[in-house]
Amino acid sequence: MKHWKSIIAATALVLAAGTSAFAARTDLVLGMPLEPPHLDPTAGAAAAIDEVLYANVFEGLTRIGSKGEVMPALAESWTVSDDGKVYTFKLHTGVKFHDGSAFDAEDVKFSLDRARGEGSTNAQKALFAAIDTVEAVDAATVKVTLKNPQGSFLYNMGWGDAVIVAPESAETNKEKPIGTGPFKFDNWAKGSSITIVKNPDYWGEPVALDKAEFRIVPDAAAAIPALLSGDVQAFPNVGVGDALAQIQADPRFKVVIGATEGETILSTNNKKAPFDKLEVRQAIAHTLDRQAIIDAASSGLGTPIGSHFSPANAAYVDLTGTYPHDVAKAKELLKAAGLENGFKATLKLPPVGYARDGGQVIAAQLREVGIELEIIPVEWADWLKQVFTDKDYDLTIVSHTEPNDIGIYARKDYYFQYDNPEFDKVIAELDVTTDGAKRNELFGKAQKILADDAVNGFLFELPKIGIWDAKVEGLWENSPVQANDLTKVKWVD
Amino acid sequence: MTAYLLKRLLIGAATMVVASLVVFSVLEILPGDPAQLMLGMNATPDALEALREQMGLNQPLLFRYLDWVGGLLTLDLGRSYTYSVPVLDLVTERLVVSLPLAIIALVLSTAIAIPVGIFAAARRGRAGDAVSMGAAQLGVAIPNFWFALLLIYVFAVWLRLVPAGGFPGWGAGAWPALKALVLPAVALALPQAAILARVTRSALIEVLGEDYIRTARAKGMPRRRVLWRHALRNAMIPVLTILGLQFAFLLAGTIIIENVFYLPGLGRLVFQAITQRDLIVVESVVMLLVAAVIVVNFLVDLSYALVDPRLRIRA
Repeated sequence: MKHWKSIIAATALVLAAGTSAFAARTDLVLGMPLEPPHLDPTAGAAAAIDEVLYANVFEGLTRIGSKGEVMPALAESWTVSDDGKVYTFKLHTGVKFHDGSAFDAEDVKFSLDRARGEGSTNAQKALFAAIDTVEAVDAATVKVTLKNPQGSFLYNMGWGDAVIVAPESAETNKEKPIGTGPFKFDNWAKGSSITIVKNPDYWGEPVALDKAEFRIVPDAAAAIPALLSGDVQAFPNVGVGDALAQIQADPRFKVVIGATEGETILSTNNKKAPFDKLEVRQAIAHTLDRQAIIDAASSGLGTPIGSHFSPANAAYVDLTGTYPHDVAKAKELLKAAGLENGFKATLKLPPVGYARDGGQVIAAQLREVGIELEIIPVEWADWLKQVFTDKDYDLTIVSHTEPNDIGIYARKDYYFQYDNPEFDKVIAELDVTTDGAKRNELFGKAQKILADDAVNGFLFELPKIGIWDAKVEGLWENSPVQANDLTKVKWVD
Repeated sequence: MTAYLLKRLLIGAATMVVASLVVFSVLEILPGDPAQLMLGMNATPDALEALREQMGLNQPLLFRYLDWVGGLLTLDLGRSYTYSVPVLDLVTERLVVSLPLAIIALVLSTAIAIPVGIFAAARRGRAGDAVSMGAAQLGVAIPNFWFALLLIYVFAVWLRLVPAGGFPGWGAGAWPALKALVLPAVALALPQAAILARVTRSALIEVLGEDYIRTARAKGMPRRRVLWRHALRNAMIPVLTILGLQFAFLLAGTIIIENVFYLPGLGRLVFQAITQRDLIVVESVVMLLVAAVIVVNFLVDLSYALVDPRLRIRA
């Protein structure tokens, strides 16, 4: 046996030495836990779709960079009219779709009209609601007229749901995505992996990788052996729990803890008694001990938040001190609400680790002030139906992963059932404000109102735990949008 | 014999009809809207409506049932809600993984179990029996996903002989594909082999206590010959029954092993389809499995007749 092992080790060594003598590797296998249902970013909300295709295969007029900034993409530049309603985009020329057809202003018009039109199945149709008309002025110029000025318009056009598709291939993108990006779709072995390869005709800066394979590894326990055996060289976002320490101690791998746009919250039904009382919500906020929840729900890696906003964003205001952990104060507030003996409520938990683990801790914490929670585990489909659509819930835990989504609190029929005209006014003003500094101020105001109203239990920002081979460079540390942008990824030696 | 076959076939067909009703109604009352799952939390009502229309979810229930059953009869299993490709294609893609895996596992478990069972029965009460049945006991007790992880650490991480998981597809060549199936097949086969070995042993021991065995021995037939010729053949009926059940289990019940090795098999497809409320896929795959179980049971019934001539004559 011993003999055997040394022979194998020697062979491995020879092989390893052999490969490193050549040029740097140009292939990469990335692991991801969920498989996309299909490959059309304009027809589904699943994060896995963008995680494969965004910036790699499909591009929009603008794109979101690694720090959440808006960058030019298919639009090389743009001008905005003085009233903020007309955007004129100058497009790159010489751009080709992967099927060889040329890209021009008509494709932009087609894509935007398709996304906002009747019969559209775009998961983020609201992104396009402000658009009044789209006009192809000439082959390289597009004029978009808005119904009213919209501060986030350029950002919105950078979403995966706003990528530009061709009329010839739009209907078949689900199976065979045709974009303009630096990678072309190669193969999808369903249930197993999706492969993309370098696009030799790319209009922009060519990528370093020749081939990238996204392999579906659904089980976190299987992720570690896959890394150790070298089958998979990068997990951009993986929940490995206790095994993280083992990987961190291994010099062959880099562990990068970054931020997502996922505000993890104890969503509260604001119209249901007794949660309709401000004192009750404040009491819950005072009872929650964020650090204990973070330790249980995200291996201690999440960043505490005091409102519905990402700490990575420039407009972030730290409001975690609004209702500090104070059980005595919480009891006082409950008494003021006429509930000194506490009450019973339900806590519906979707099938994700942070919710199931965090829920236990939150139930234990709320028990201290007499709030008895009945924990009800539900599936995603159930959660969407009962909690999100029918609003049949008291409390639930979920991470809101859409970037910059504080505006959901102004939606009338949203499942929080929150209704505050003052807040709506701030959001309405934000919608029409384009000035950066002014926008940040308004974002701050909005955060403050939500924190004061204790609309939901604001817990933590979901961390992004990335693990990859120490020789791989260029993967995103944070995920300002749900994407695995491979345009700058390369192997170094 | 023909009447016997005909009766079996009729029972099979009736089972299919009942199963289709049960499967369809149970899945349709599951809460959850496939359109909402696809478009997520920011979907606008009109986009949801458009998608429901596209998926055909707005048609009345009875119409959808008849449409589905009518499709099944012509082997048109419908179109997946989430993947929007024909379900038949999805199933075939997965079967090329699950079927070979199930067959390899079944062959492996039979090849291990039958000899061990015979060995243990022949040495009943002696050390060999105790050791092999002890091992079988252990095999039944160890959860197969844990055993699978153990195999991965030894053969994939430490020795690097096989991949830790995944499936390269048959297009990558027979050898890499088979290599990817070895560990999962072993992990699946051992617990099955343990059960089968115990059944073989007890069936054999029971037969060995029969009068005709004593008679055979008394007229001077050697032990070995009695065991192989008279005892084994008569002990085959319970063994075949278990084998039939195991094959159905291997085809459908591999969800856990497929997850550990992230194999794109039928179990994973069903599991994913349920969470995505891709009901048409679940319904069709379950019907396919029902059909498979019925066919396997039919074959098992046929094989009873092969090993037991009395069944042939009586029927």
